[in-house]
Amino acid sequence: MPRKPQTQERTSRQGRSGTRPRVGPLAGRLSDVPRLDPDALLADPAVRIIVCCGSGGVGKTTTSAALGLRAAESGRKVVVLTIDPARRLAQSMGLSELDNRPRAVVGVDTSRGGRLDAMMLDMKRTIDDVVESHASPEKSQQILDNPFYQALSSSFAGTQEYMAMEKLGQLHAEAQQSGRWDLIVVDTPPSRSALDFLDAPDRLASFLDGRLIKLLLMPTRGPARLLSAGVNVVTNAISKVLGGQMLQDVQTFVAAIDSLFGGFRARADKTYQILKNPQTAFLVVASPDTDALREAAFFVERLDADGMPLSGLVLNRVTTAAASGISAQAALAAAEKLDDEHALTSALLRLQAERLARISRERGLRRRFAAAHPTVATATVAALASDVHDLESLREIAELMTA
Amino acid sequence: MTDVRLHIVTGKGGTGKTTVAAALALALASGGDRVLLCEVEGRQGIASLFDVAPLPYEERRVAVGPGGGEVVALAIDVEAALLEYLDMFYRLGRAGKALDRFGVIDFATTIAPGVRDVLLTGKVYEATRRHDHGEPAYDAVVLDAPPTGRIGHFLNVNEEVAGIAKVGPIRKQADSIMRLLRSDLSQVHFVTSLEEMPVQETLDSMAELGRLGLPMGSIIVNMARQPELSPADLEAACRGDLDAAAIEIGLKEAGVRADESVVAGLMLLGREHAERVALEAEQRILLDSAGQPVVTLPYLADGMDLGGLYDLAEELCEHGF
Repeated sequence: MPRKPQTQERTSRQGRSGTRPRVGPLAGRLSDVPRLDPDALLADPAVRIIVCCGSGGVGKTTTSAALGLRAAESGRKVVVLTIDPARRLAQSMGLSELDNRPRAVVGVDTSRGGRLDAMMLDMKRTIDDVVESHASPEKSQQILDNPFYQALSSSFAGTQEYMAMEKLGQLHAEAQQSGRWDLIVVDTPPSRSALDFLDAPDRLASFLDGRLIKLLLMPTRGPARLLSAGVNVVTNAISKVLGGQMLQDVQTFVAAIDSLFGGFRARADKTYQILKNPQTAFLVVASPDTDALREAAFFVERLDADGMPLSGLVLNRVTTAAASGISAQAALAAAEKLDDEHALTSALLRLQAERLARISRERGLRRRFAAAHPTVATATVAALASDVHDLESLREIAELMTA
Repeated sequence: MTDVRLHIVTGKGGTGKTTVAAALALALASGGDRVLLCEVEGRQGIASLFDVAPLPYEERRVAVGPGGGEVVALAIDVEAALLEYLDMFYRLGRAGKALDRFGVIDFATTIAPGVRDVLLTGKVYEATRRHDHGEPAYDAVVLDAPPTGRIGHFLNVNEEVAGIAKVGPIRKQADSIMRLLRSDLSQVHFVTSLEEMPVQETLDSMAELGRLGLPMGSIIVNMARQPELSPADLEAACRGDLDAAAIEIGLKEAGVRADESVVAGLMLLGREHAERVALEAEQRILLDSAGQPVVTLPYLADGMDLGGLYDLAEELCEHGF
């Protein structure tokens, strides 16, 4: 089983902490954490692709949009590719709906010569395009009508990773040819498998170079002398599990799309190389809670293992200062002392204590992350009272991030 | 609620889906039942919550309760699940090894889209249906399922498979799984916080599952905050109109610093709190009119730990789980 070691390695990296703490009294001091400067990143003309990854609910898509907007308003020609957007975010960028084609965002200050386009990955549209542009009309119709293809292109989890790679490659090629964009900002799907798209070339290679595909491409009713004993055993086993009819359907389908695999793999490989070189910057996005930071640690280590250029961590929704001059303990003690007549003051003091407790908990979590990942530059974004609804609040987010 | 055997817990990332799934398992076990808690995304979230070492692909007891109740946890690994499935139903023996050499196992578990979800739902189905000595192996199964954005495709994957496999063993299996998921033995619960995007995603996801004919259970509002201020003060705080003089007198009474900056700082806290409360009230109205029971779990000020998990379980018990 050739890929087994990799699987095991990944499992071990999924360990609970997944971190390598340093020793020494200075480990994990927040003041020692290198600062991530998003403005410098956005201003660097050598940076052509920014990839935002992180677990769900940490504000990844908002971060991508805010960075894209800020870059555009400082003069860059930007396209934001979102894999899994909230409808609200599309609205915040003035688009009633995002689709598979980049559309100009209205209301962006373009006085410095920049522009902002946005699009959402439509998995089915993207794969249909690949089929239609790389196969004859007759053949592509045959593929599009195949029931396997239909399930694969519209419903099955996993296709998205391959298509994200394909789309990113397309955008990059178009940016280079037409000069329409000089910066692509991508936000990845909200799961641990978010970085699985990095594996797309490897996976395709192991399939295309493997023995399975040869078996699947064999004529379904060929002369028996072509079959070695081992192949027979495998075919019989698959046929037993899938049923003879389904195996035949799979073979028909694989044969139909066979001609597409090669080009697909070559493009995915090329995109992978682009992601690896310094024109790409990866940002890990998190919020200051246990789960999100644990996932952030996983992403940081995963990128490191793949040799991907990590720029830093964006920490969203950081709880900011409370009233100065009253400690949590003092606030609680004072709240206790007050009777009903001072219910308002007493309630405010309890809020103060709660706020301070939260700040201290967040700092503890950040210190722990910093101790294990002392070199990861970090930018923090203070929590906003309300959700992001429009370009103005995206600007505010970017402002906070760069402050 | 007691007839439900399979509780599927979904929610937007960051809303505490895994925490609520674990608390639900504890709640269900508190009456002496044997409950299986499954996770499918390889994050080891359960191990982290119960403060145990990462779970192998093995059903392992993580908590015991009164009356012989217990929670057994399982982190489903697709590759192991596939091998187990092949062994259990087909007894392939040496042919199984040949499949591996041909890259079939790897293809199915990491390369081919869709197969992972088929295997994950298949394992959950097997555990829910399993019998030991004529008795169900588990009184209930709680699934920490994929997030709202993915739950529809995840649960409906076997319907897609049934569309491809017209006859044969795969078709039979797919049909059985869909029957269980659509029956009143199963329920999907939605975890959300009272914020706009999670609530919107919950409503979108409910509409999707409704179209797919999958039975829904409760909406579980997580991390809900109690208003600290009186209704009149909340209103005043929203207008930025709290009584500064009264606050100053109160602070002096309590013997703490009462200068202008302290008062201003506290008033700002009051305003943020009041705005939050107002926003949460709006979101709650949306959830209340969504047509499913709404259960509310409190925000735990001290952060989430094992003790907090039991507190949440107790709340869920009180709500009839």
